[in-house]
Amino acid sequence: MTWEIEVDAGTCIGSGICAGTAPDHFKVVDGVSHPLRPETDPAEPALDAAESCPVEAITIRDKETGRTLAPEE
Amino acid sequence: MTTTARSWSEIFGEPDRLSIDPEFAELRREQSLRRVRLPYGEPAWLVTRYEDAKVVLGDPRFSRAAANGRDEPRTRYHVGSPGSLLRHDPPEHSRLRRLVAKAFTARRVEGLRPRAQQIADQLIDRMMAQGPPAELVEDFALPLPITVICELLGVPVEDRVDFRLWSDAFLSTTRFTPEQVTEYVGRMREYMAGLIAEHREEPRDDLIGALVTARDEQDRLSEEELLAMAEGILVAGHETTASQIPNFVYTLLTHPEQLAAVRADPGLIPQAVEELMRYVPLGGGAGSARYALEDVELGGVTVRAGEPVVVALQSANRDESIYADPDTLDLHRREASHVGFGHGPHHCLGAQLARMELQVALGALVQRLPGLRFAGTEQDIVWKTGTATRGPARLPITWDRP
Repeated sequence: MTWEIEVDAGTCIGSGICAGTAPDHFKVVDGVSHPLRPETDPAEPALDAAESCPVEAITIRDKETGRTLAPEE
Repeated sequence: MTTTARSWSEIFGEPDRLSIDPEFAELRREQSLRRVRLPYGEPAWLVTRYEDAKVVLGDPRFSRAAANGRDEPRTRYHVGSPGSLLRHDPPEHSRLRRLVAKAFTARRVEGLRPRAQQIADQLIDRMMAQGPPAELVEDFALPLPITVICELLGVPVEDRVDFRLWSDAFLSTTRFTPEQVTEYVGRMREYMAGLIAEHREEPRDDLIGALVTARDEQDRLSEEELLAMAEGILVAGHETTASQIPNFVYTLLTHPEQLAAVRADPGLIPQAVEELMRYVPLGGGAGSARYALEDVELGGVTVRAGEPVVVALQSANRDESIYADPDTLDLHRREASHVGFGHGPHHCLGAQLARMELQVALGALVQRLPGLRFAGTEQDIVWKTGTATRGPARLPITWDRP
């Protein structure tokens, strides 16, 4: 299983929650978060980051099915 | 470079209104990290620059959990529950934060805006019926965020007088004796345990109800964590915004040209709130200590594994390497985001709620009270002392009758 990670740069407020929660997956550069890799093996910290983002700027999808894994509705 | 830890009060003195001690600018220039001794706990490194602050707050090499079992450097007597969000690191912290993060997203908070607007309008209706003048803190700044957080959390707003006192004990630096702090913190604990018991008997659709379900049906947090979460959200969920409303009003009234800009263009309010968050030093001292988990090079020194570091957010927000003319309030500023809500995993849980409430509050006050000004002079303002948040205890205001 492969996950796709996306950050909406226009929505991101640079809180740094994601980079502190999942440092292997996110890095804040000039106040905007970026996924370190657009694809990853399933990893709970990445989900934690997406679910903790106050502006829900992070989307994680299952690459095969396209199903959104985070953020939950 | 000196490594002697000087006491905080020796370096900075007593805070005056909302001014920032010039020593911070000196430290940012000369000695980004210096040894300091806070009123309680072991000596620490004090961080004053914006970029260094972000590293300490956001980098996993710095830990909050490692403060457990240490005499952590702090301004307040009360250490906080071992079950609280602020005493965990990811991934344990994430487990707890995810239980409540959804209730505070920008999307959910937007859903609360009409209700916040209604509360603000009702408070202003009452002020207009009874005044001018009015007392901004009691008549507006406290009841607005208290009503919002009570409804969100599931706490009866009519218990306000009691939990305000207990809440003040959590934040006391010198206002209460250690015995009083222990007593009031204990009373808050009994109160919250009672509310949780009520929620168990009669399930309700509020945040305490959701936490009770997460505990009882899903075993996602311990009883201590549940209590600490509810207390933390009640305390942090109102005191900060209740201080910032009068702080923002005070700041705008002492910067008339900026106030005029907001009056002329209410569309400027969201941006004004951001600049005021940067400019106003809500916390007079240093935030919760982070402990280095390994040796870290920072600001020209080596922070050794096991050493605590504290951050002065009010200094980071005035860093001249980030903000041009940092001591000027400029509502049109378009620079880096401020760190008024902190940074990293512990970035303020209620930041979006606070933003919305502050926008609603400023908008309502500026638009509905023409000629808003101090009643009397600046000398009639009473400032809080002995507590972790800075701001007026009483701010008499007046306005032009229609």
